[in-house]
Formats: sequence, structure tokens, C-alpha cells
Amino acid sequence: MAKVEMTVNGRMTSANVEDRTLLVDYLREEKNLTGTHVGCDTSQCGACVVHVDGKAVKSCTVLAVQAAGSDVRTIEGLAGDDQLHPMQEAFRNNHGLQCGFCTPGMIMSAVDMVNRLGPKLSEATIRAELEGNICRCTGYHNIVKSIAAGAKAMGKGMKKAAE
Amino acid sequence: MGIEGIGARVLRKEDKRFITGQGRYTDDHKVAGMHYAAFVRSPHAHAKIKKINSKAANQMPGVVGVFDGKQLTGDGIGNIICGWMIHSKDGSPMNMGAWSALATEYVRYVGDAVAVVIAETLAEAKAAAEAVDVSYKVLKAVINAEDALKDGAPQLHPEAKNNTIFDWEIGDEAATDAAFKGAANVVEMDIRNNRLVPNAIEPRSALAEYDAAEDHFTLHTTSQNPHVARLVLSAFYQVAPENKLRVIAPDVGGGFGSKIYIYPEEIVCLWAAKKARVKAIKWTADRSEAFITDAHGRDHVSKAKMAFDADNRILGFKIDTIANIGAYMSLFSSSVPTYLYATLLSGQYNIANIHCNVRTVYTNTVPVDVYRGAGRPEAAFLVERMMETAARQLDVDPAELRRLNFVREFPHQTPVIFCYDAGDYETSLNAAMEAADYANFEKRRKRSARKGKLRGIGMSCYIEACGIAPSAAVGSLGAGVGLWESAEIRVNPVGTVEILTGSHSHGQGHETTFGQLVSDRFGLPSENVQVIHGDTDKVQFGMGTYGSRSGAVGMSAIEKALDKVEDKAKKIAAHMLEASEGDIEIKDGEVSVKGTDKKLLWHEVCLGAYTGHNLPEGMEPGLKEGAFYDPTNFTFPAGCYICEVEVDPDTGTTTIEQFVAADDFGKIINPMIVEGQVHGGVAQGIGQAMMENAEYDDSGQLISASYMDYTMPRADDLPSFKVSTTETLCPGNPLGMKGCGEAGAIGSPPAVINAITNAIGHNNLPMPASPHNVWAAVQAGE
Amino acid sequence: MYDTTYTRAKDASDAAKKMRAAEDGQFIAGGHTLLPTMKQRLAAPSDLIDISHIKGMADISVSRKDVTIGAAATHASVANHSKLMKVCPSLCELASHIGDPAVRNRGTIGGSIANNDPAADYPAAMVALGATIVTNKRKIRADRFFTGMFETSLKEDEVIKAVTFKAPKSGAYAKFPNPASRYAMAGVYVADHGKKDIRVGVTGASSGGVYRAKNMEKALAKDFSADAIDGCKVDEGDMLSDIHGSAAYRANLVKVMAKRAIAAAG
Repeated sequence: MAKVEMTVNGRMTSANVEDRTLLVDYLREEKNLTGTHVGCDTSQCGACVVHVDGKAVKSCTVLAVQAAGSDVRTIEGLAGDDQLHPMQEAFRNNHGLQCGFCTPGMIMSAVDMVNRLGPKLSEATIRAELEGNICRCTGYHNIVKSIAAGAKAMGKGMKKAAE
Repeated sequence: MGIEGIGARVLRKEDKRFITGQGRYTDDHKVAGMHYAAFVRSPHAHAKIKKINSKAANQMPGVVGVFDGKQLTGDGIGNIICGWMIHSKDGSPMNMGAWSALATEYVRYVGDAVAVVIAETLAEAKAAAEAVDVSYKVLKAVINAEDALKDGAPQLHPEAKNNTIFDWEIGDEAATDAAFKGAANVVEMDIRNNRLVPNAIEPRSALAEYDAAEDHFTLHTTSQNPHVARLVLSAFYQVAPENKLRVIAPDVGGGFGSKIYIYPEEIVCLWAAKKARVKAIKWTADRSEAFITDAHGRDHVSKAKMAFDADNRILGFKIDTIANIGAYMSLFSSSVPTYLYATLLSGQYNIANIHCNVRTVYTNTVPVDVYRGAGRPEAAFLVERMMETAARQLDVDPAELRRLNFVREFPHQTPVIFCYDAGDYETSLNAAMEAADYANFEKRRKRSARKGKLRGIGMSCYIEACGIAPSAAVGSLGAGVGLWESAEIRVNPVGTVEILTGSHSHGQGHETTFGQLVSDRFGLPSENVQVIHGDTDKVQFGMGTYGSRSGAVGMSAIEKALDKVEDKAKKIAAHMLEASEGDIEIKDGEVSVKGTDKKLLWHEVCLGAYTGHNLPEGMEPGLKEGAFYDPTNFTFPAGCYICEVEVDPDTGTTTIEQFVAADDFGKIINPMIVEGQVHGGVAQGIGQAMMENAEYDDSGQLISASYMDYTMPRADDLPSFKVSTTETLCPGNPLGMKGCGEAGAIGSPPAVINAITNAIGHNNLPMPASPHNVWAAVQAGE
Repeated sequence: MYDTTYTRAKDASDAAKKMRAAEDGQFIAGGHTLLPTMKQRLAAPSDLIDISHIKGMADISVSRKDVTIGAAATHASVANHSKLMKVCPSLCELASHIGDPAVRNRGTIGGSIANNDPAADYPAAMVALGATIVTNKRKIRADRFFTGMFETSLKEDEVIKAVTFKAPKSGAYAKFPNPASRYAMAGVYVADHGKKDIRVGVTGASSGGVYRAKNMEKALAKDFSADAIDGCKVDEGDMLSDIHGSAAYRANLVKVMAKRAIAAAG
């Protein structure tokens, strides 16, 4: 049992948790941030992807204590209140989700993809970069379209910010 | 249609919560006093339980109860049922073995639940489950269906001699045999349809609450049909009477059939909540647990032969199938290899004589039941692999052989029960061939050959039956329930509308498409319409969502209820406007008298209905109508899929160069959502064809029991799909809809395998066509 | 997961000390092999000693041809290291295909080689590059480090600090991924160190774990071309066989991947 502190979606949080507590359980059970999901137990499906210190990680394969002191962002904190992040918007506009269960992880991975590779993403790149996110509903067709569109919109935002 | 009416690409209303992490799935729910369940499961495929010692587990921290099957049955909890009675061809009823939610004497598959631990935390429950000491006498197990039928095979259930549940047939065997006698050519094939694991990404979960003061239960569960769950939990498993049990299926993360059934875990959590005197128990499957407890799909082996005359017209089709049903009969298991399968063996073709024999057997594997398509993929695979193979053997173009044999007049009565009501198969075939640039395939093949690659093309002209189904028809075939659907339209005094439906959305977008019917009818904006589903306390009854039935059946019920609402609203408006009812028109949120400028706003009529100040003589106040819709026939979506592949002979790696789908789904409410359904179905079909396989070792351990070994299609395994639709209206329902949820998974596997076998030049290729299997097939040759 | 106690080590000797004090300890960095194993209740270390916060442990340095990669360097940092990309692009390429992007942000080179999973990619690179594994106690040549499937010559309280190697003249890695797990079913790293010193590391395929294909090395020393290994036998008897591929298939893949790597190394 240890007191773990970390920033989650811009807010300082803490909880007394067992050392074996996974980051995903810290978020879901301790902080009621249930947008981060668990779809497998072999670190494959990506439903649990969050950003730790700006990088996409599988929160089912990180202990909460390992993330102590980190800056964690989840799907709930991706955009401001009542606003949508361009990637969230793109998923809606392109029907990039059906049951919605893999969606938070997909969106967090997609944003990370653009952060790393920039806003111009080919279909082949998007498909390759989605290796760690499994969707059973969409056949990925509209997810790929969504990410391309979301990346473009993020690019515009970046350009605007630069100006 | 308006911008939000029928036929419009309306963006989904439900998306906002899913893309912001506000979805509410079962495991997201927490209640005060919640405990956790962990199941003790059999590590053996077949064994006799000698003793269960739970003393140590009971004394572990946080544990409030350890319960086993004897306690469960002792409390009068009923055995798990199969809801569809099949009779063997000798007239005897199917031989169903007993299935208790917790095993009492024997375990029959790895994962069979033996006991449950209830504890304060999940970690405590899991630790104690490990400490439950079960001693077994291990018995010989049988895994393959063919082996289960052999003399001396291990016997699973005393009720089922030789492990045979039923030996069933459809069609006229004598007439079919006679047709073969007159054949110019006969094509024969052995076909295995691989076993699949559905793998909805949300694992199954149950949260059972017990209110001791009221003796009332509430179950949140990952279900496609909460009302059926309540009915079965009450009437058959005796957990609680229906008025004391509320079942809620909140947001559900995909189903594909696997969340139709009422599984042991839900039953046990409800029962144990009361038994352990706790407020609530939650159980959520790990993926590893899901692999060995969610009902699997497919697993057929068949011998098939097709007879042709000298002009290549089909004279007869004869099939002998063995279906592996696993260790127990799951809820709809018996319907899959029978009425959902063999009734589709006529395909899109005019075949005068068909006979199919099906033996269904128990094995020491996870129970097999409905998985996306359910029986129809198995039928389409047989028919379309056969057509392609026949074309190659008869040396005719595969498209021409199909054209020659297409059903062209409707209604068309097949020799295997179904009467096809409408269709135009040639138009779909032409559309697909054009989209695929079929004519120039040879050029592309040569280009691949120059790179040392093998290119192939294959097609599949599938038909399926959905909109399940006319209650009287399914009743006569053995179904234990009717398969109608219910709807209620509640118009509020301010004119907003609530649609209550017995269908359940777990990805299909009902909150959007069902609302489109109201927008279309009254011209109301979509934000004024709310769809309510998935809660037995809110919706009176419903049969749920499976078998591509929510459109053709669920939406038809809504249409019927809307007819009644419109009728009453018009009566009220006519009275208020002092006009004749026949002259009233409702459009764009206004209720007007045709040809005049007399009108009321929609909400004024609604308010009038509720104030009751000025209603026609004798009319009850209010504006709320319900309807039950029972379909008159199945619906028959059909289409043509074309797959083009390139095979790397050095490694067996197969890439899908293009995949074309041309479907006829009848009337389409929201093309965006329909396309999404096709994409997803095709991906699952490609998964079956090239990747997925539930593989057991001889001792009955599932080897492909995680995503490390069970190949799930990923983004880089698939191309973008070329999807289009043609339309012949279904005459059987008010909207002319056919259904689109399963087509992709039904039509695609044969197209893929036809393409790969075309590429490698022979048919000697098992499914899934994994890199290893393709490489081995290339090495082995014909 | 069983209960465990987590601590962060200040430096390598602190890590070793903590390990000696633990009943059944395990070092952890990214944890991307260890944590899944613990979740499956297949491992139950009493203590987890986190070495990823040790200063310098994640550093990568490149001085001319001399490369040093800290044990806690993530796959992503290896894949994207611009100086490393200049001298040894094949290792960046290899790292860029381990797992998926999120895994690459956590998984580390030290963890990968300490675990010596027979399907891991790095071991093939280590033997082909002639790398040296630097621990808190000694320096170990890669050829002597990997001793069999999931086995290494590491002692219990021995911590990997870094791996070092001289960048080869040219090199390439070709992998055939398992269709389900995406781990290597056969991965071949070919490195040409000049002066006829060719090394071929093979992972994923053999039941003995990573190995050097000495017969291919000999053939390539004479003629560095894909055709040169045509006559080299890959012994099926040594190959793994499972639901994803027979031994014969894996033997074939080793040859095909070797040829692709040779062609890419050019």
C-alpha cells in the first residue's frame, strides 16, 4: 500500500493503493474515470491507451506506482469542457465508431500518432500505426478515414497556433 | 426524407458520450456495498468432481461466501435451457443433457464453472478462488465432432447416446438422389467451417443487486436482449419472478450474437447476492476468461455434392453435415445448424432438389451458438465454394455459371422451406464486377506474376434470411418464443417524442436511425426525439437485437405505433381546426389543413391531447401508443462480393488487394450506418477466412486462448472496402427493409477463399488461410 | 495479480542491494513482459525493483561508430534516435517494429534482452552486432549472454546497465511477424562488419532461442548476396512448431527472411 500522486487531466490526484494496482484501475476505480477501458489481458487491444507525460501507453500494463509523479491524460481530459478535440469530432463525422468500447483508446492513439508523425498521414501509415488497437465493429475502414480527417484538422489547429 | 429523415446520412446521436469517455458500460457501474465474484473453473476438459474443499478459501480475508453447484441446484435454480426444440428425422425430440450454472457432478469443458467465491475486493475473490481445492477424476475427452460419433468415444451426457443430440434432415432425399442419377456432371467437396470466438471488445460483465427489504433484484448485464434475459432468468432458472427482477443492458460494447444468451455467471451472481446477503455482486470477465466461456461460433464439417445437367444447370445439391455444439446446448444452439443453416442451401439459385442431413454432437469444448450470421455463413460458404469449384471443374466462367442458375422470378419457393420474396441478383453481380474491374483482372494477374506473386480473384453471391421472424413459422419449427418486436411512442405535452423499443443497440446506432423514422414522419428535429431501450422497467417487452432484425422487425413495430400516433394526432387536429380528418397533413412540425392556411404547430396538438380541454367526443386524453409487430415472412438480403488477393508464395502471406461488396438490403434508413455494418461484417468474414481459429489440443485445452494466439483482424490486415448497394424493396414489412448486420460476415469468407484458391491454382486449402496454411498449400500442390 | 512491493532504485548498486534483500525480487523497467505475466498469475515476485529512474540508464550515446544504449532506453527512443539512425539505421528499424507504438513507449532494450523471449527481436541484433552487455558486475559478449529460451547468463543480483557495440558497415533486419501476437516467427539480423566478418542473428524460429546462423555467415563472407545462402541448410529439427507454423515453415521463413535482410543490407 502506498500513497500515489499523479496529475490526471491537469489536476493533482492521489490515492492510497496497493503496489500491484494497475494505472487503469487507479483511473477507473479510484478516480471514476471509466472512459479508459480494458478489453484484454495481454496488452494487445489498446482499449486502455492513455497519455503519460505526453506519450501513448497501455494503462493496463503500467502500475499506478510506476506512473507516480507523471502527467496523465485520459479521454475525459482530451478536450476542454463541452468542447470536442478535432480527433473526437472526426470520429463522429466519419462514423469511426460503433459500440464505442475501443473508441477512447483509438482516439488517444490517433492523437499520439499525429503528435509523433504530423498531420499528413497516409492510409498505410495509419493502418500500420494502429497495430496496437483492436476494433471488432468497424472493420477499421471508417476509423482510418476518421484519423486522416482528424489529423488534418489538428494540422490546421497547429498552423493557426503557430501563426 | 428531410435532412434527418429516412435515407439521410444522419450523424450518430450516441457518439458524443462514446468519444468523450462518458459511455456507461456494465463494468463502469458501481454501487455501495458492492462485492466481487471470482469463479473456480475446471482445468480439465472432462472429469468427475470428487470433492470440493472450500474451507481454506472461506477463511481468507474479505471472503463472504464460497458456493458450489450442489448448493445452487439445492436452492432450486433451474438448469440452463436451449430454447429451440429440434426433432430428429425419426421423430424423436433432441437429446439434451443437463447444464447447471455451476457443475454438480461432472465438468465437460475447460472453463466449466465449478464454484464461485464472493469477496469484498476482486483481488480477494481471485486469491480465494485459487484456494478452493477441487479434486477431479479426469476422464477421456473428445474434441472433434467426427471423433465424438465414433464407437468407443468418451460419452458426455447420458441423455445423448453416441454424443448425438439429433440426426435431422431437410429436403427430399429420394428426389435429390434421383436428380443425381440424371446428372451430366457431379462436383464433390469436403468442407470444414472453422470454429470462431466472437470477441466483442467489451468482455461480458454482470452487476447483480439485491434489495432484501423488497426481495427485489436488479441486474446490469452485457446483453443484446434484456427482456429475454429476464424472462429466462425468471421462468426457467427461478432466480426471481419477473416483477421482482429488473434487467438493464446499458451501453454494450459489441455482441455479435455472443451476448444473446443468459450465461452461468449472471445466474450465479443474482443467486449468490441473496445467498451471501450482500447488496451487490460484480463479475467482469478477463479476456482469457471470455475465450473459454463466451459461446463460440461455426465448427461444421460437411460433405457436399452438386449435380449439373449438360447445360450446366443445377439439378440437385446434397449435403451431409456434422455440427459441433460443444459441451452443452446453449440458448439458440440447436437452431444454428438447422433452420438458420440448411434453409439457405439453395443460395441465389434455382435448385429443384436439395437434401441436407445434419448430425449435431456434444464434445468437450466451449458451447457453440449464434455468432454473426449463425448458420447462414456456413450455408453461403458451402454454396459459394461449390459454385466456384464447379465453374473451375466444368470450365465455365464463375460469373456465367451463377447467372445461368440465378432465381429470376419472385416469389420463389425453394425446396428447403424458404420462399424468397424479392431480389435482383444479377444487378448486384454486375455492380460488383464493374466496381472490381473484373474484366481487366488478367492484366493485373500478369503484373503480379512479374513480381513473383500469385494473384487471384473470387466472388460470392450470397443470400441470407433475417428479420427473424414470423412467430407462427418459428413456432412450428421448434422455437420456444415468438420473434415479434414491440414499440411504444410517447409524445410529451411539449411535442417531444420518446421511442421505447424492445430492440437493443450495442453499436448499431438505433438512437439515431430509430429517431429518423419520427423525423421523417412529423418533421421534428432529431434532438426532440429520444430512444429508450435496454431496461425492463422502462420498456414493457421486447425480443432484442440479433439476426439483423432491429430494422425489419423493430423499426416496423415503431412504424406501426407511429401510424397510431399520427392517426390520433390527426383526429385531435381535425377537431381543433374544425376540419375533416382526411384533410389533415403533418409536415415540418406543423399540422395543417390541406389547401388552406389553417394550421397548428405540432406541439399545440400534443398539448391539446394532454390538456384534454377540447378533444373529440369520447376520446381518451394523451398521445401515447404501443404496437407489437410480427413479421409475415423472413427477409432475404442478398448481394455479390468480390475479393482480389496477392499471395507471396515464399511466405504464404496473402494481401487483400481489393474487396468489393454490392448488397441489396431493401430500403435503407441511414446509408452511413449501413455501410459501417458492412465494413464490420466483412472484416469479421475476412477474419474467419484468413486469420481466426479456435484451436484445441487433444486434451481439450484451448490453445488459441488470447490475442497472442487468436488472430484478430487488425487495421493493417485489411484494405478499405468498396461498398455499394442496390435496392429491391422487401414486400413483407411497411418500410421495405431487409437487414444489413450480418451480410458482410456471411458473404465474405467464400469470396476470400475463392480468390486465394484461384491464386494458388487449387482447392487444397483449409480455412483459415493463414500464412502457414497458404504456404503449405503452395508447397503441397493439388 | 499477486501482491508485490515496488521500490525505485537510485543506482545500479542500490538495485543490486535491494534485489539481494528481496525474497523473490524482479527488476522492472518498462514491465511490458513482466506485468502481463504477473497479471496472468504466472509470476509472483515479492518485490519489483524499478531501475528505469536510475540516472543515465535510458541514455543513448553515439561516438563515431561506438554505440552505447542504456538498458532503460525505450524501443521508441532507439527507433527515433537521430545519431543512431546515421550509423546503424537497421537497429532503429528493428526497434520501430517491436510491438506497437504504445508498447514502444514503455518497453526497453534491457528488459527485452534480460527476458530473452525466443520471439523477441533485440537478441538477434545483439548477436549479429557483436554487442557487449554491460552489467553492474561485468561485461558479457552477446554470444555468451543468451544461453537458451528465456535464459541468460545474468546472475540474480546482476543488473544490465547498457549494451555497447560498434556499428557495422551495413546491416538489416527482416522479420516475419506472428499473425496474432506480432512477435517474430522468424527474424534475421544480418550485419556486415567488414573484412569478411559477417554475422547473422536469428530469432523467433528456434527452440533454443536466438542463434547465429554460422553456415550463412560463412557463405556470405565469400559472397555477400542473397543467392549465396541458397545452399545453406536450416535444420527443421531445431525449429519451433506450433499452431502458427510448423518447423518446416519456420525453417523456410528463416531462409526467406535472411535473403530479404541480405538484400536490404546490400
